[in-house]
Amino acid sequence: MLILIAAHFLVAALLPAVAARWGRAAFVVATLPPAAALVTAVSWSATVLNGAPPTESLSWAPTIGLDLTLRLDPLALLMIVLVSGVGALVFVYYAAYTPPEGIGRHSALLVVFAGSMFGLVTADDVFSLYVFWEFTTVCSFLLVGGLGLTRAARRSATQALLVTGFGGLAMLLGLILLGTAAGTFRISAIVAYPPSGAVVEVAVVLLLVGALTKSAQVPFHPWLPAAMVAPTPVSAYLHAAAMVKAGVYLVARFAPGFADLPAWWIPLVVLGSWTMVLGGVRALREHDLKKLLAFGTVSQLGFLIVLLGVGEHVAAVAGATMVLAHGLFKSALFLAVGVIDKRTGTRDVRELSGLGARWPAFTGFVVLAAASMAGAPPLLGFVGKEAAFEALLGEPFVLAVLVLGSALTVAYSLRFLIGAFGSKPGVSLVDSEKPGAVLAGPVVIPALAGLVLAFAPGVVEPVIAGYASAYPVAEPYGLALWHGFTVPLLLSAVVLGGGYLVHRFATGHPGRLPEALHAQTGYDRVVMALDSVARGVTGRLQAGSVPVYLGVILVVAVVVPGAGLLAGLTPLPRTQWFDSWLQVPLAVAVLVAAGLAVLARRRLTAVLVTGVIGYGIAALFLVDGGPDLALAQFLVESLTLVVFVFVLRRMPTRFTEERRPLTEGRWVKAVVACVAGTFVAVLAVLFSANRDGLPEASVEYIQRAKEDAGASNVVNAIIVDFRAFDTVGEIAVLAVAATGAASLILASQRARRKADR
Amino acid sequence: MTINITMAVLLAGLYSVGFYLLMQRSLVRVILGIVILGHGANLFLQGAGGPPGVPPFAGLAAPEVMVDPLPQAMALTAIVITFALTTFLLALAFRSFVLLGHDEVQDDVEDRRVGTTAERNDLVQEAAP
Repeated sequence: MLILIAAHFLVAALLPAVAARWGRAAFVVATLPPAAALVTAVSWSATVLNGAPPTESLSWAPTIGLDLTLRLDPLALLMIVLVSGVGALVFVYYAAYTPPEGIGRHSALLVVFAGSMFGLVTADDVFSLYVFWEFTTVCSFLLVGGLGLTRAARRSATQALLVTGFGGLAMLLGLILLGTAAGTFRISAIVAYPPSGAVVEVAVVLLLVGALTKSAQVPFHPWLPAAMVAPTPVSAYLHAAAMVKAGVYLVARFAPGFADLPAWWIPLVVLGSWTMVLGGVRALREHDLKKLLAFGTVSQLGFLIVLLGVGEHVAAVAGATMVLAHGLFKSALFLAVGVIDKRTGTRDVRELSGLGARWPAFTGFVVLAAASMAGAPPLLGFVGKEAAFEALLGEPFVLAVLVLGSALTVAYSLRFLIGAFGSKPGVSLVDSEKPGAVLAGPVVIPALAGLVLAFAPGVVEPVIAGYASAYPVAEPYGLALWHGFTVPLLLSAVVLGGGYLVHRFATGHPGRLPEALHAQTGYDRVVMALDSVARGVTGRLQAGSVPVYLGVILVVAVVVPGAGLLAGLTPLPRTQWFDSWLQVPLAVAVLVAAGLAVLARRRLTAVLVTGVIGYGIAALFLVDGGPDLALAQFLVESLTLVVFVFVLRRMPTRFTEERRPLTEGRWVKAVVACVAGTFVAVLAVLFSANRDGLPEASVEYIQRAKEDAGASNVVNAIIVDFRAFDTVGEIAVLAVAATGAASLILASQRARRKADR
Repeated sequence: MTINITMAVLLAGLYSVGFYLLMQRSLVRVILGIVILGHGANLFLQGAGGPPGVPPFAGLAAPEVMVDPLPQAMALTAIVITFALTTFLLALAFRSFVLLGHDEVQDDVEDRRVGTTAERNDLVQEAAP
């Protein structure tokens, strides 16, 4: 399996070169990896179904326990049939469909996507799952956006990326919480021994946010119809068969462990049912065949989420069957729309007329697919829907909503068929040539598969049962077209009849259907609000003024550690006014000098009073018992004064007076500076209050100075001997500063000399 | 351990003045602010080393009554490095004065433009279909 994923990525890397050389043939090469994946997965099916799923592991950061683990269980096998099987068909179709430009880019992205989906459905550790999940998001963004030539494409791509990316991050958080609570990041282990507790409920909700965004559930669904700006084969693959199923897959994967939690099943059932009805109603109002199918997909995904979310044996059977059936009929229908669009140049139901009579055979296969969508016998969609009704017999309310949703499905299936192929009075008949075998084949194969599998459900039943066996079996349920005269059969008849009536009503009264609440407006508002918040914050924080930046830094420095300091405050020990009376006059002198430094209008005055501060500090060092320190301070202060005087000689005597609006900020600056200064002083007090005698290191220095360094002055011994490397660094700093200062000043002089000349 | 209020007030004063000068527009004032902050930091180090005592000369007294020599060594290094920094900054300020004719910190025009309303209008147009 690892090799298969690697093969996808390798082929994708080569495809641009292949496309540049051989054009459309690139798609034939692109078909190879998914076809190989399909064949390999199917050839392993015996092992998979024996209850011993093949597992492969690659440890890529063993020290922190990060592995790439793949596991092929029945659910993964079912998904691979869809992902790789439909993928191979779509690639063949794309070869005939595509215009000559952009082949390399699209084929490579599609193969990367196919590889990521393969990895996603086989991944058995949460981090690989997340990585592959985001790969599919990025591929979707790039494929929907295309070359970014139109605003609609850019907007749709961004929306798809933002919505699914947001969901992906929420999911990552949920997965990490779940993994931490379970003590393992292996999905199979988490599901087998699910943890419990409040954290798990939060984690489950976060996980569902990921699933619901990816599978375009209310209120996140608008990105999916918007993504229909992508080329039709991309929509057929990503936005019908594979990527949007990732959310459904996630639900199916974790449901056996968590379906009992109210935090799990309530959102899924409520939002799923709502989505199913809403999508159906919206599909009845669309004139664009592709948008109609997109809302149909939204609706069907809601159905799948409900079935797989409730976590019950028959519902799981029904859900898995419907996942397969939906992948087959929806890809066939999308590809059929692509054929119509390519041959006639339009997808609008108001402009298409008479296609059914011109393309009878093709129409027949599309009718098969649409009938499977509507749940009409004898097709796989019917088999799945029967199972679904059977599973939910005990839940009359949910069942009623699903029956309503199914009737809407029948209605929009009819609308699709009549809109695409029917003859309409007053519309000129479309005249176009028949689609070729390469274009029609990928439509025919999945449509026929829906028919064949309905008569022979035994082909896929072991896989579906293998997944559903995760739940306790109340009474065994076999997939079949005929179960006798049962309630589900009656419901199916009601659905078909009701759907026909809804369709008649909808065509008769086009304005009567309720315009559903537009979630798109909600998305736009959220994005606009985010933009304006970001702009407001940036505009205020990034004012372009260094004093403001410094002020912000100081405030943050006070608030964040200050809060921590307050939290851990202990009663202060004994206080005293001074250690030595000499400190008081010296401190007063230094403070007065500091005040003068602020008030000084002349540069030289300010520098001289700063010098007074330096000398005062030196005197304080002497009082404190640091003669070396005092000496160094005296010398350095004198040198600093000399340097200042050298520079100030060339500058104006007075500081530039600040302009009017800036003086108002002076008080703010003063307050911020005083608060920050006081904070440092408090810090120093707390620090010295927690000191208890000489630290061990200092005692060692004092004791060893004589014998080890041969010095009686301990400070000197530390500087030139014990910590000599510090001093080397200090000398290096001096050298660098001297070089820098010299070169700056020399550059000025050279410039002046040049100007004089 | 006891707390010396005089030194705490002195530290607060020095740091406040240093921060205030740092937020000024004249580069010379900014440099003076850095110098004063350096003084404050050295005093902080010294204070962290404990109350006044016998200078740390081996054999002069018992280690217990001596001043901690380690903060002193660090402060010594800090004094010299502050001097190096001051010189370099002064050279920079001087260079700025030679090139621009003043030593004021200017606002970043590009940064300011981010906050202006013109772009906000663009954004509203972009978001509306």
